[in-house]
Amino acid sequence: MLAHLPILQVVVPLIAAPLCWFLNRSKLVWIFALIVCAVTCVNSILLLIEVMKSGTIIYELGGWEAPWGIEYRIDKLNAFLLLIISTIGTVVLFAANTSIQKELDEDRHTLFYSLYLLSLTGMFGIVATGDAFNVFVFLEISSLSAYALIGLGRDRRALWAAYQYLIMGTIGATFILIGIGMLYQMTGTLNMSDLATRLVDVGHTRTVFVAFAFLIVGICLKLALFPLHLWLPNAYAYAPSIVTAFLAATATKVAVYLLIRFTFTVFGISFSFTSLPLQSILMVLGLVGVFAASITAIYQQNVKHILAYSSIAQVGYMIIGYSINTSTGVMATLLHLFNHALMKGGLFLALGAVMYRIGSVQLKQFQGLGREMPLTMSAIVIGGLSLIGVPLTVGFVSKWYLLVASVEAGMWPVAVLILLGSLLAIVYIWRIVEMAYFKPPLPGREAVKEAPWTFLVPIWILVFANIYFGIDTRLSVQVAQAASQSLFGINP
Amino acid sequence: MFLGLYNYWIVVLLMMIGFYIVIAHGNLVKKLVGLTIFQTSVFIFYITVGMVERGSAPIIAEGISDYSNPLPHVLILTAIVVGIATTALGLALVIRIKEAYGCVEEDEIQKQDQLSEDES
Amino acid sequence: MLTGIYGLLSACFFVVLDAVDVAFTEASVGAGISGLLMLAAITITGRKEAPKRHKPFLALFVVLVTGSMLIYGTLDMPYFGDPEAPVHQHVAPRYIHDSMEEVGVPNIVTSVLGSYRAFDTLGEVAVIFTAGIGVLSLLSLPRRRKKIKSEEATEEQMHERHMVVRIVSKALIPFILLFALYVQFHGDFGPGGGFQAGVIFAAAIILYTMLFGLDTAKKVFNPALIQLLAAVGLLLYACVGVVSMLNGANFLDYNVLADDPVSGQHIGILLIELGVGITVASVMLSIFFNFDGRRQAQAEIQAEKQQSEQEQKLKGEQDVSRTL
Repeated sequence: MLAHLPILQVVVPLIAAPLCWFLNRSKLVWIFALIVCAVTCVNSILLLIEVMKSGTIIYELGGWEAPWGIEYRIDKLNAFLLLIISTIGTVVLFAANTSIQKELDEDRHTLFYSLYLLSLTGMFGIVATGDAFNVFVFLEISSLSAYALIGLGRDRRALWAAYQYLIMGTIGATFILIGIGMLYQMTGTLNMSDLATRLVDVGHTRTVFVAFAFLIVGICLKLALFPLHLWLPNAYAYAPSIVTAFLAATATKVAVYLLIRFTFTVFGISFSFTSLPLQSILMVLGLVGVFAASITAIYQQNVKHILAYSSIAQVGYMIIGYSINTSTGVMATLLHLFNHALMKGGLFLALGAVMYRIGSVQLKQFQGLGREMPLTMSAIVIGGLSLIGVPLTVGFVSKWYLLVASVEAGMWPVAVLILLGSLLAIVYIWRIVEMAYFKPPLPGREAVKEAPWTFLVPIWILVFANIYFGIDTRLSVQVAQAASQSLFGINP
Repeated sequence: MFLGLYNYWIVVLLMMIGFYIVIAHGNLVKKLVGLTIFQTSVFIFYITVGMVERGSAPIIAEGISDYSNPLPHVLILTAIVVGIATTALGLALVIRIKEAYGCVEEDEIQKQDQLSEDES
Repeated sequence: MLTGIYGLLSACFFVVLDAVDVAFTEASVGAGISGLLMLAAITITGRKEAPKRHKPFLALFVVLVTGSMLIYGTLDMPYFGDPEAPVHQHVAPRYIHDSMEEVGVPNIVTSVLGSYRAFDTLGEVAVIFTAGIGVLSLLSLPRRRKKIKSEEATEEQMHERHMVVRIVSKALIPFILLFALYVQFHGDFGPGGGFQAGVIFAAAIILYTMLFGLDTAKKVFNPALIQLLAAVGLLLYACVGVVSMLNGANFLDYNVLADDPVSGQHIGILLIELGVGITVASVMLSIFFNFDGRRQAQAEIQAEKQQSEQEQKLKGEQDVSRTL
C-alpha cells in the first residue's frame, strides 16, 4: 500500500466527491467528507516522512514509463505542499457544518461538500503531478470548483466576483496552455523532468522565451500577483466563509508552487534568472504589491476585504523571497507559504464565526465584540500579530528568514522595505482591534454569544499552530530548508 | 520562410480577436463567446503543431506509414471538454447575474455594486 | 447561430489537419452543445447589448502586446507540417509504432487517450463532473410547484403547431441514439469514443426536450437519476483504476485486468470509455435541464406578474366604473 501513496492522495477525494451524492444528508455528508480529508491528511504525512527518509518517489500512472505515460513525482517540495493543503482542508472543513447552515440553502449542502472535495482533488493533482499537461487539467478542476464555490455566496456580488474570477482564471489557464503547447512543440515531450533535460538544447530559441513568458503571466494571474490581483478581493469577500478560509489558505499557495516548479525544475535556475530580467521584474512587482495592497487594506470597511488585500500583500512577500533567488530566499518563501496558510486559515475562520453570529463582517459591526466573543476575538488578535510578524508567532519566523535572505544577498533596501511593509500591517490590524476592544457595543444590537465550539476548535487549533511553530521552528524550517536546498541542487 | 509559418500567424490573429472580445466587451455573454474563440484558437495551434505533411489521420491501417502526431489530438480532446465545461459554468453564472442584477452589462453591474456599497 | 457556424468551420479545419477525432468532438461540442447552451442562456439574458464600449485602447494595447509576443515566438518554430520537427521525434513515434502491440487498438488517439494518458482523461471527466455540480449548485431550483392544467394544455397546443418537425424528429431520435452507441463502441477502430458519444446522446434528448417541453422530458428522464448517473460514470472510471491497483499494478494499469495484457487493455479502455460516455451525457443533459428550468421559471414569474397586473387593471376599471 505504501507504494500507492502518491496516487491515493489524489484519488481518494476524487472518488469521494461523487459518493457524496449517494449519502444526501447534510450532516452525514459532512462527517464523510471530514473523514476523507483526514485520510488525505494522514496520507500526506506518511508521504512526507517517506520522502524525507528515502528521497523522491516516482509513481507511473497506468504502468507506462515517464515520457509516454503520466508520472507522479513527489519530492520534498510537493510533499510539503500536500501536507499544508490537506491539513488546512481538514481543519477548515471541521467548522463547515455549522457555518453553511446559516450561509447556504439546505439543498445546496451536498453539492457544497462535493465541490469542496473536488477542489481539494484539483490542488493535490496540480502539486503531485510531474506532467505539464496534467497540471492544466487539474488546474481546471480546482478552478471550476472554486468558481462554483464562490458563486454559492448569498450576496449577489458573489456571482459577479465568481464571474470575474472565471474570466481571469480562464485567461490565465489558457495562457498556461499556450506556454505548455510551445514547450511541447520545441521539445516533443510533456514530462517535467524530461522537459528540463531537453530544454537545454533549445533554450536559446525565441519560442521558448515566449513560452516562458506566457507560463509566468498565466501563473501570476492565478497567483493574484499585483497588478493581476483584481479578481481576488471580491471573490474572497463574498464567498461563503468556509470557502474563503479554504481558498485563502490554499489556492494562491498552489500557484506559488507552480511558479517555483516551472522556473526551478523545468526551465532551470540559469535559464529563469539569467536570460530574462525576471528577478528584477518580480522583485519590483512583489514590493509594489506589498505596499499597494497594504495601503488599500487600511481603507477598507469590510473586514474580509481587509484580510483579502492583506493576502495580496503576503503573496508579494512570497514573491520577494522567491526572486531573491538564493536557497535562503526560497526557503523563506516556503516557510511563508506554510505560515500564511496557518494565519489566514485561522483569521478567515474567525470571521466565519462572526458571520455566523451577527451575519455581517462590516468593520463597524465589530464594535464591542471583544467582550462578547472573547475567544474568537483573541484568536483574531493573535492571528493579526502573526500577520504583522511579532516574535513568538509564525509570522516572525518567515519574515526573519526573508530579512536574512535579503541581507545575505546584499539587498539592504529590500530588507528595509519589508520592515516598512510590516508597519502597514500594524495599522490595518489595529483598526480591527480598536473596534473590537475599545468601542462600546453597537447600540441597538442584541447581545452576541460566543461562537459555537465547532468553530472554536478549528480556530484555536490554527492559532495554537501559529504560536507553536513560532516557538518551535524545527519541523517547518527543517522541511522548508531541505526542499529549497534540493531545488538548488545542494545536498544537505 | 513566411510560407512555413503562415498557419501560426493566422492562429495568432484569431487568438487576439478572441482575447480582444474578452477584455474589451462589456456584455457578459459576448465575453464568454470571446473566451470560446480564444480557446479554440489555442486548440488549432496544438493541432497545427501535430500536423505532418503527407501524413494521414492517426488510425492504423495497412499501407500507410506516415501518421500525424496523435498526442496533440489527445490533449486537445481534453482541452475541448475543459472549454465546454468552463463555458457552461460561465453561462450559468451569467443567468444568475441576470436574475440578481437585471442586466448583463459590466458597467451597469459595477454601478449597482457601487450604489449598494455606498449604502452599507 | 454564429458560434455554431464557427464550431463547424473549426471542425472542418481539424479534418484538413488530419485530426479526425478532434474534428468530431469540435463538431458535436462547438457546433452543437455549446451553441445550444449559448442560445438557452441568451433567451434568458436578452439579446440586446449596450452600444457603448469602454476602454478599447487599453484592451487594444494589451492585445497588441500579447499578439506581437506570440508572433515573435513563432519565428523560431519549426515549419508547419515539417516531419523533422521535434514534436514528431521524441514521444510520438512510440505511440505510432508500438501502440498496436501494446494496447491493440487501431485508433492511436483512443489508445493514447484511454491508456497512455488515461489519467488526463480521468481528470477531464472530473472537470465535466465539476461543471455539472457547479451548474446545479448555481441554477437548481427548489422543487417546482405544480403547473396549472390550462397552462399545460396551451403548451401542448404550441407543440402541435410544429407538427412536421415533431414527426420527423420523432423518427430521427432513435437513429441518433443508435448512432451515439455506435460511436461509443466503435471508438477503438474509427474516430469516436465516450466523449463524442455522450454529447450526441445528450443532443438527441435535448432535441426531444425542445420539441416536447421540459416537463415531458423530465418525466422520461428523471433529473435525480441523471445526476446519479453522472456520479456513476466518474466512479466507474475511477474504480477501473482501483481494481487494477488491487490486482497489484499501478493505478489505471489495464494489463492486469485479464490474463493477456492486450485483452486487459481492451477491457480497460471499453470500461473507461463507457464511464466517460455516461458522465458526459448525463452532465450535459443536467446542465441543459437546469438552463431550461430557469427559463421556464422566469417565464412563469413574468406570466404571473402580467396576470396580477391585468387583474389590478381590471379592478381599477371596475372601480372607475363604480365611481361613475
